[in-house]
Amino acid sequence: MMGLNYQAIYVIWLRQLKRFVRDRGRLISNFIQPFFFLSVLGFGLGSAVFSGLPSGVTYIDVLAPGIIVMSIMFPSVFIGLSILWDRQFGFLQEVLVAPVSRLSIVIGTTLGGATIAIIQGLIVMLIALLLGVSINVSLLLVLAFAIMLLTSFVAIGIGLIIASKMQSIEGFQFIVSLFIFPLLFLASPFSPLQSLPSLLKTVAFVDPMTYGIDGLRATLIGFSYFPVYISFSVLLGLSIVTMLIGSYLFSKSEV
Amino acid sequence: MPIISVENLKKYYKDVKAVDDISFSVEPGEVFGFLGPNGAGKTTTIKMLVTLLKPTGGTAKIVENDIVKNPDKVRNSIGIVFQDPALDDRLTGKENLDFHARMYGMKKEKREERIKEVLKLVDLEDKANSLVKTYSGGMKRRLEIARGLMHYPKVLFLDEPTIGLDPQTRRSIWDYVKNLNEKEKITIFLTTHYMEEADFLCNRVAIIDNGKILVIDDPSNLKNKIGKDVITLGCSNGEACADLFKKEEWVESIKVHDSSITIGAKEIEEKLPLIIKLADKNNIKINSIDIRKPTLEDVFLFYTGKKIRDQDAAVSIPPRFKRRFA
Repeated sequence: MMGLNYQAIYVIWLRQLKRFVRDRGRLISNFIQPFFFLSVLGFGLGSAVFSGLPSGVTYIDVLAPGIIVMSIMFPSVFIGLSILWDRQFGFLQEVLVAPVSRLSIVIGTTLGGATIAIIQGLIVMLIALLLGVSINVSLLLVLAFAIMLLTSFVAIGIGLIIASKMQSIEGFQFIVSLFIFPLLFLASPFSPLQSLPSLLKTVAFVDPMTYGIDGLRATLIGFSYFPVYISFSVLLGLSIVTMLIGSYLFSKSEV
Repeated sequence: MPIISVENLKKYYKDVKAVDDISFSVEPGEVFGFLGPNGAGKTTTIKMLVTLLKPTGGTAKIVENDIVKNPDKVRNSIGIVFQDPALDDRLTGKENLDFHARMYGMKKEKREERIKEVLKLVDLEDKANSLVKTYSGGMKRRLEIARGLMHYPKVLFLDEPTIGLDPQTRRSIWDYVKNLNEKEKITIFLTTHYMEEADFLCNRVAIIDNGKILVIDDPSNLKNKIGKDVITLGCSNGEACADLFKKEEWVESIKVHDSSITIGAKEIEEKLPLIIKLADKNNIKINSIDIRKPTLEDVFLFYTGKKIRDQDAAVSIPPRFKRRFA
């Protein structure tokens, strides 16, 4: 059955959100972590000089999009972990035995994860505004929103791929520290892409997260390496590819 | 017309024949049980019947739908309670039921009505709005049974419904299962490795070991086939008491406990006067007498040559199975 079951998609999405809202610890740390990153790094390194920052752009402006992508990326990748969790605790069987297409399950799960990721991203954006980051409040915000969404899809796709290949929660966490952290750090979240040495720059070009961060810099603070349409197109392409592979592998996996 | 008919169903893994060519059928309204030790192939059979695993060979029909060709139709007509709890414990009981109802495409009014109905059936109305993580083991099981019934399935599968529960809770789950079989007129297929459970609940039992069905019959027939009665005599000195009967030719088996002995023999009622006379003559005081028919435990021993409980710890499950079944 390849059709879509909208009620099922809705209730899978709803479940993710309910779990998110009920997890107090996670909610609080979602506020505190980016706050510390932004304030400590932003004001601490603010006095250091990065080459090539145009006038009017401060270090914390450059930093904010990096922290936003960080706060989108982790909950997105961890959607994969939540699937492993459901597998471990048996709930996945309840989901898989329902008369619902695997595609609907993937879509519901993805939309749930993306919603949570976007909420987190918006929280960080709000914190950034409060800390005095000069964010362009214009129509470009719509584009910024789209870039956040696409970044989340790419990360969810990666999470689904890892989850389909990993059988244990421990294995997933190992992959996260081995693969996901570098994916973030190599995307130059803490410094402008312009100031990277050429080797690191080349590495950054093949890191999908680079385009999320640079795209947000373009739309939010008006200072970026690539023009925004490049970041947008790369993210669009990558999100389609990773989501396709991720859903395919998930639909093949057995209980 | 059977509601479940299984023909030559097989599931082979590289090194194990988990289910080895089994055939049987279940009639509507029946409570049918698979009785066997851990690793006998019970859960693998259920997983194939509920379309979570693809059979290596053979097939089965549930309500006339083929499990291989028509898995979605099968899924709509069955409810399942898995061996391991499959609830989201960060949702409330009601939310778990609502999740299920929506997954099965139930309309809003029907959903709410049915949630009330099934909650009442398992006496969980009071806890409906509490998070599942505050539930006891028995309550979780009851909630799962209620959930399995949500979408009016024709067949309810229960995989080891009372595993890990204390005897009292087990007993109450049995009552719920019996009750819903009668009230909802639902066919029940269950697996268990508890003799008493199969005996109490099932109209018919299939004894399964090493992936093969050894015998199918109703519990009392199974026990009658052994044709042997068992008598337990309570006496202060078991050894002395046993010595009394050891030489009697009608005694088929004798087992000595601390303050009682168990004798197996044919038509033991007729031997009762003799037993009392013998004891009296030798000044051995008998405190109590208990004559009974053999239990399914005895039946299992008869058909497999081993006791079901001895196996629990000894059976080793290959690693690749553990992942699937754990």
